[in-house]
This record gives sequence, C-alpha cells and structure tokens, in this order.
Amino acid sequence: MQKVRRVISVIVMNESSVLARVSGLFAGRGYNIESLTVAPIPESQLSHITIVTNGSEKVIEQITKQLNKLIPTLKVIEHEEMVEKEMVLVKFPIDANLSDIQALCSAYNGGIVNVGLDMVITMVADEPVRVKNFIEATKRYNPIEIVRGGVVAIER
Amino acid sequence: MQMSGAQMVCEALIIEGVQTVFGYPGGAIMNIYDEIYKQDSFEHILNRHEQASVHAADGYARATGKVGVAMVTSGPGFTNAITGLATAYMDSIPMVVISGQVPLSLIGTDGFQEVDAVGISRPCTKHNYLVSDLADLPRIMKEAFHIAKTGRAGPVLVDIPKDITAEFGNFIYPKDVNIPTYKPKYKGNERQIKKASEAIKKAKKPLLYIGGGVVLSNASELVRELADFGQIPTVETLMARGVMGAKNPLLLGMLGMHGNYASNMAMSETDLVISLGARFDDRVTGKLSEFAKYADVIHVDIDPANIGKLVNVDYPIVGDITLVVEKLIEQLKDDINPDNYKSWREVLNRYDNLHPQSYNDSDEVIKPQWAIERIGELVGEDAIITSDVGQHQMWAAQHYPFDRPRQWINSGGLGTMGFGFPAALGAKKGCPDKIVINITGDGSILMNVQELVTASEYKIPVINIILNNHFLGMVRQWQTFFYDKRYSETDLSYQPNFKALAESCGGIGYDVTTKEEFDEALKDAIEKDIVCFINVAVDRFENVLPMVPSGGALYNMLLDHKE
Repeated sequence: MQKVRRVISVIVMNESSVLARVSGLFAGRGYNIESLTVAPIPESQLSHITIVTNGSEKVIEQITKQLNKLIPTLKVIEHEEMVEKEMVLVKFPIDANLSDIQALCSAYNGGIVNVGLDMVITMVADEPVRVKNFIEATKRYNPIEIVRGGVVAIER
Repeated sequence: MQMSGAQMVCEALIIEGVQTVFGYPGGAIMNIYDEIYKQDSFEHILNRHEQASVHAADGYARATGKVGVAMVTSGPGFTNAITGLATAYMDSIPMVVISGQVPLSLIGTDGFQEVDAVGISRPCTKHNYLVSDLADLPRIMKEAFHIAKTGRAGPVLVDIPKDITAEFGNFIYPKDVNIPTYKPKYKGNERQIKKASEAIKKAKKPLLYIGGGVVLSNASELVRELADFGQIPTVETLMARGVMGAKNPLLLGMLGMHGNYASNMAMSETDLVISLGARFDDRVTGKLSEFAKYADVIHVDIDPANIGKLVNVDYPIVGDITLVVEKLIEQLKDDINPDNYKSWREVLNRYDNLHPQSYNDSDEVIKPQWAIERIGELVGEDAIITSDVGQHQMWAAQHYPFDRPRQWINSGGLGTMGFGFPAALGAKKGCPDKIVINITGDGSILMNVQELVTASEYKIPVINIILNNHFLGMVRQWQTFFYDKRYSETDLSYQPNFKALAESCGGIGYDVTTKEEFDEALKDAIEKDIVCFINVAVDRFENVLPMVPSGGALYNMLLDHKE
C-alpha cells in the first residue's frame, strides 16, 4: 500500500512518562517517527506533541486511534490544512564567507544568531522542505554542526 | 482522616468492595502487608508465585465480572507479575495490580529489587501509575478501579514506593472520577445502527460472529434474543464459548484455526458478517484476503481501534454491545422475517451433517475428546471450566457443552501456559458453589504446579484433569504436519509422578488409564472436595482437527490426518 506522510498533533496531560507512552506506542506497534517535538501548552496542564510519521492510510488510521486510546490523551489532530515550520541551527567555521552565509540565511528567513572567536551560528525557521534545501545549500560552506528542531504545525 | 499510605491502600480496597486479594509479600510492599495483617475486611490468598497471584485475580474477574486484585513486591515480584498482566490485557480483563517499589529517593539508582515497573508494564496494561506523592494516592486508587472496569476493560498497575506507604497524610477517598481525557463511549451511533439493521434485513446469508466482548458486556441474553427472532446462524470465537449455549440450534460452533467445518464455511460464504465484540484475530480469520470474502461487515466494538484494524468495515459501530444490541433488536423486532434466511440455514445444516465435529473413539485408549465430553456429561452446567494452552484447550473448546457465559475461562489472546490452575483458584474463590475444573496438559500444568500448596492451604478444591500424552502436544502436532515429524524438544516422557506430586502437597492424585477409572476418579474428586490431579493417559498422537494451517484460508481445512 502507498505510504503517505502525515503530521499529527497530540494534546496530552503534561504528566510524567506521557512522552514514553506515546513514543513507546510507536515503537511497540512498529510505526515510524520522522520527527517528534513536545512542549507544554501555556497556562494549562497540557502538552502539545507534534509527530511527523508515514505509513499506509490504514496504518495512519491505527496510529490516531491508538493515540486516542492512551488515557492521558485529550485530542489527536491529523493535520490537513496547516502551517508547518521547522527550525535548524547550523554552525560554520569563522573563516567561511560570512556575507555569503548571511545571504543564504536571508533567503530562508533566517540569519546569523551568534558569532564567536572561531565559529558563527546561523538559524533558519521555515517549511520542512525548505529547511532541507537550506541544509543542502550550506554544504559548500563546510558546516561544523547541524541541529534540526523537528516539525511543529498549527491547523489553519 | 490521618493514616499511612499503606492504610490508604487497604481502605481503598475495602471501599471498592474487594473481598479477595491474591498476592505475595516482599521488602518494598511490607508496609501494606502489615496493614493487611491488621484488618479483616478482605481475605488475602498467598499464592506460591506472583504469576499465579495475577492469574488467580484474573480468573476471579472472569468468573465473577468484578475487578480482580493482586499484590506483589518490587523487582522480581513485579517482573513475575508481567505474564499475568499481559494475559489479562490481551483478553480485556478488569484487574488492579498493586506493586511495591523502592523508596522514591532510590528510584533510578539501581537499588536492591528495583525495576522500572511502569516502563516494563506500559505495553501490557490499560494504564499504569507510579505514585510519587502521597496526596495523589486516594485519587489514583479510585481511578485505577474506574479505568480497569470501564470502556474496554483491562488491567491497571499501581506502583507504590515504600516511603509513600510509610508516610502519613489525610485520607479522603474521592466519590467521583474526573479524568478529562478518558471518556469511553457506550452508546452506539443511532444512524449507524439504523443502517446496520437495514443491512441485516436485506442480507440473504447473514452470520452473527460472537466474540469475548459479549461476555465482558454481559450481553449474552440479548445476543441470544437477536439471533433467535431473526433465526440468524451464529458462530462463536474461542472467547465467546457459552454465550449461545451448546444446545442452541442456531449455533454452528467455534470458527477459526480449529473451528468446525460448518462455522468456517459459513464465514467463507456469508454475505453479511455481524461482528459483536470480536476482534478478527489471526487465529480466527486465517488468510485475511479470503476471510468473509463475499460479505459486508457490521462491526460493533467498544474499542474504536479494533474497528478496521484488520478487516475493512462497512458499518462501524463504536459502543457497548448491550446498548447496541438493544437498539438493533428495537429496529428489527417487528420487521424481520426469519424465513428470509431459511435456505441459508439449510445450506449450513448440510455442511454440518457433511463434516460434524467428531473424532474416532477407541476402546483401547482414552481419547482426549472423549474425556472432555465425559466431563460435560458428568458435571455439565454445574462446572466452571478453566484451561491451560495447547491441544487440551482446543479440545475443551470444541467438545465441552458450554451453556452459559463465564463458564469457560482460558487465555485466548496471549495463550499463556500455566494460566489454568491459578485461574481456577480465582474462579473458585469467586464462585464457591460451582465445581471448578482445570482441563490441562502434562506440559502446562508444570508451569504453575506450586499452586497445589496454595490450594491445599486455603482448601480451594480445584480439580485438575491432566490430559497426559507425554508430549507438548500442540507443538508436536505442528511438527507432525509441517516439520516432517522432527520432534524437536516436545517429547515430555520424562515427567513427575503426578499422583505423588499432588499428594505430597496435601491434595489427592489419581492415575487413570481406562474410561471406568476416569468416571470413578472424577466422581471421587467431586465428593472428596479437595484439590486434586486426575492424571489421564490419553492417546499420544491424537491431533486437534479440523485445522486451518497457519495463514491458510478458512475454507481450506484439514479434516483428517492419515499416517
């Protein structure tokens, strides 16, 4: 069956081991996790988990049903119409061409966020596909380290 | 009221109406056991292994419908309980297991008898708790019982660190449960029910497919009624034996890998599957693409995740079987003509006459199927039958005349050898007026044989009938059929003297080789009313038939096996 990519938001009680319940469910039932982010929802006892996964339609349906079954799960949102963003930090050596790097980052809605004695750190936050393109483009400037933040999404 | 955490646990059990707790003490749970010693509201049964405690609580729950309770200590006590939790989880049995844990300050330090209980049990419990604040304990106990028995039932673990049970605090047991994230759905969608009833009216070859959910929902009477006024042919899963009653003319039998011919053919030819509380297990469906190939499917289940998991469903209905079947009956009652399905019933009757569930009896050796039929003749409805896992389990499911729900107790989903004896202890504690018989094999019985001591000490007169073929019979059967008779590690010729073993623990033992001895032993065991082993020498190479080879289509059954 054809695999589809899906972004799923899970609203859960912000309590101990809730992340283990969610990630354990994926591991135990053989579902894929492409990325997973989690943070508390302000002024509530809830957390928002964003999971990017892939699988057949049947598998995706099972994933949402099984997530709903977890006792601390309040809501599962299978995103359709969404704004989707991902953040990435990239560290370059200081002797790289900084104006090139600055221009590259600007093209992806980012910029230089920190400069040290021997390195410079840039940040880009954009759609996951564009983040991937950005990372590809950085290769010619010999990045020292790349840290991706995982996808967050909000329904329109 | 001020009291210790340990007292709170006991108080909560008393408020929940718990009468029997099965368990085994140890370091981390001693404070609770100290409180158990001081109270006389509930009885504690000391099993001789934690696995048996959990199975006993499970058997109690299956026989009575109440929540079973077991108690174990941390570390190895808890890991021994895991098989019991997984068994109950697979069969949706309401249970609360309380485990001791090392003190909070030691958690994460690899302390003595420390193991991550909530971590290990997460995939095999409905929910679990680590109590990290005494103030949460009363609420957690209340929630544990609530979660265990509501929605799709299941086991809940409460892991309590030792210092929490020693600490004192204010005890107010909540009256109500308020879990905003847990709201099981009981009432089926009316529009879907209406559509489903229309489909039933239109069908030419409908088939009721009854699962363990009907037992759990206490809906057997209603399901019988539905089948009866529609005169709809019915098949039962392993977990639903007893729902329709063995004498019911609408019951074709059990379907699946060891289902009878008529049941499996009915599923292969039906045009409308009406699935009530069944979950399309692979042992039921065989090859999925051939399963109910010509049918639309109505699937009623309390767990939405069961619907559409394996088989595409045309009429999904999420809800409690009792409430949904009530509605279905309302919709259909005056508006269904039993004659509609007459020719379908006739076809199925012909199938049943063609290949009835049968076996070749013998005068020289006891056939295991004969033994099971004989138990049925001698005790019938009066008994609760538990079983272990293997050939004896399938023969019992095929040949025992089950007449009511909760009469048949076995580990269907997980297939746990060693389940039967402790589950029988639990069933007997829950239903002391019933004769409780564990039908077991010479392999399975040894997996919790220490319970002879428990049964003797507490005078729990469970009858264990060991269908002894000196083989790990079901695996041996597969080796015969599919592995060219290479009997790898399945010959159990070396075995204990079962009679002496039972007697050494304070029970009775019988060695049986003839039909007359079998009758005498069973009658004597019922009269003596103490725990016993009836060790029955049966035909070594008898096979469970019919059989659908693993992964095959239901209609491709091995009906006979010739050497």
